[in-house]
Amino acid sequence: MEVIAKRPETLTATPFHYCPGCMHGVAHRLIAEAVEEHGLINLMAGVAPVGCSVFAYKFFNFDMAEAAHGRAPAVATGMKRARPEMHVFTYQGDGDLAAIGTAEIVHAANRGEKISVFFVNNAIYGMTGGQMAPTTLPEMKTTTSPYGRKVEDIGYPIRVCELLNTLVAPYYIERVSLLSPAEIIKAKKAVGKAIKYNKENRGFTFVEFISTCPTNWGMKPDLARDWARENMLPFYKPGCFRDKGEGVES
Amino acid sequence: MSKILMKGNEAVAEAAIRAGCRLYFAYPITPQSELIEYMAKMMPKVGGTFIQAESEVAAINMVYGAAGCGKRVMTSSSSPGIALKQEGISYIAGAELPCVVVNVQRGGPGLGDIQPSQGDYFQATKGGGHGDYRVIVLAPNSVQEFADMASDAFDLADKYRNPVLILADGMLGQMMEPVEFKPAKTTEEIAELGNQHLSWCICPNADGDKKHHHEINSLEIDPQVLEKHVTHMYEKYARIEQNEIRYETFNLSDDNEILCVAWGTASRIVKSAITELKAEGKSIGMIRPITCWPYPYEAVAKAIGPKVKQVYVFELNTGQMLDDVKIAVCGKAPVKFWGKVGGIVFTPAEIKAKLEACF
Repeated sequence: MEVIAKRPETLTATPFHYCPGCMHGVAHRLIAEAVEEHGLINLMAGVAPVGCSVFAYKFFNFDMAEAAHGRAPAVATGMKRARPEMHVFTYQGDGDLAAIGTAEIVHAANRGEKISVFFVNNAIYGMTGGQMAPTTLPEMKTTTSPYGRKVEDIGYPIRVCELLNTLVAPYYIERVSLLSPAEIIKAKKAVGKAIKYNKENRGFTFVEFISTCPTNWGMKPDLARDWARENMLPFYKPGCFRDKGEGVES
Repeated sequence: MSKILMKGNEAVAEAAIRAGCRLYFAYPITPQSELIEYMAKMMPKVGGTFIQAESEVAAINMVYGAAGCGKRVMTSSSSPGIALKQEGISYIAGAELPCVVVNVQRGGPGLGDIQPSQGDYFQATKGGGHGDYRVIVLAPNSVQEFADMASDAFDLADKYRNPVLILADGMLGQMMEPVEFKPAKTTEEIAELGNQHLSWCICPNADGDKKHHHEINSLEIDPQVLEKHVTHMYEKYARIEQNEIRYETFNLSDDNEILCVAWGTASRIVKSAITELKAEGKSIGMIRPITCWPYPYEAVAKAIGPKVKQVYVFELNTGQMLDDVKIAVCGKAPVKFWGKVGGIVFTPAEIKAKLEACF
């Protein structure tokens, strides 16, 4: 029998624990495929965050470190500097990366650490039960913004790609979405590029995934995708902000 | 090798490099800045990595990453900065990673001041960060010992896969004394030190069936599994308590009427006072814990001679090691305490006066 689809070697057999309709599984698979395609299974190491993807270290079939909340870019810095022959990425959510870990991501990017950062933005804290994130949209209701996010009180959502794009050092910055098969194919290309640049030790690479959280948004998965398309994509516009490999500079 | 006149902060940095440390991450703070500056100057010359991190928090997490790769790695700071590192130290202890942390203590609490203090004894020996864990704590009282402890600290960290803290203070960091260094480890020796961790650390995978999946992690969501992990760590701590206790005794005899207990910088000053009193015919002994954890409880108890009418604890704080001395003495003799705070260091004359009043 001909095998036409199978789990990449870069994923373990541990089943994903994610909720129905969650896109972490898709993002994990895109990264795993890129690592396999670039032949890095023996030289890749990842850093898992605190959040829904806290157990990412059980899913990727190579060496993994679990970081304290927000500290993944610092941990990855230590790993890459200790073993430059290896290739390192972090996988982080919006609370981890854009709230408690703001300093670590900005400074790892600013140093031009030769690591990749994969950032999943679904505008909410998932694991702790649906609290407001730094990327929560204005008027969006969460368990800690029960009357909607009030921008006059708590400010506006943070656009991380745009923020990092003000720095000189980063090599590649792109925002993609995971809302349809066509968008996932585009996302796969971006992830592949980040891993390729990582393999070539070009510099700091950053891919943001616009994702959903059906459980904590209180929506069915298909409606959550529609909501994200209508509300998130206008604010978090997909696109390539920086690609020094192809002459795209801010 | 001849002796070199050096500041403690620089001596410990040089000794760490000689011990095979090639990764150092830190953030500037007084009174330990000469240490980070020495590393900034020397690491590029030995092919090592120096990063001035964006914060103490980032620095200790860089240490976590590098330690997870099985390499000798160090960070240093002074009291408020060490407080910031405690989260990371707890994770490093939980994940059982080897690393060395140097604390050049200053006055506290809060921003305190930048003068010598021993105010972080509780933080160093009674937890510091969250959860059930222990950190091996070495307390030097001279620049030579400060330097010697760098290689001891790395050896202990590697042996037990546990963070080791060198608990110095602003006096030892800033003071210059002659120091003699151990020979520097060769490139081959340093590589060998890293290889001892290849069975668990983040490192390139062997091909085929030998492919590994190493996890550097302190998360165990299953309570039964976490209980097993913490119990395993406590068995390790019991071995450390059995094997690694260090202390120094001075002028101990059955004629001692007073037993002094002091550590670090304070112990030097107490020693001077005892030497003067000895010349005057008084019999006073001293015991100095060199490891503050594991603490030499038995040795302190044994140091109480038959004629001792007073155990006297001197510290540059409000009485932090005092609790451990009381546990050791266990009511066998009265225990008294005197200390100076605010970054003020007591003089031999002050200690002498306190001791004379006991006769």
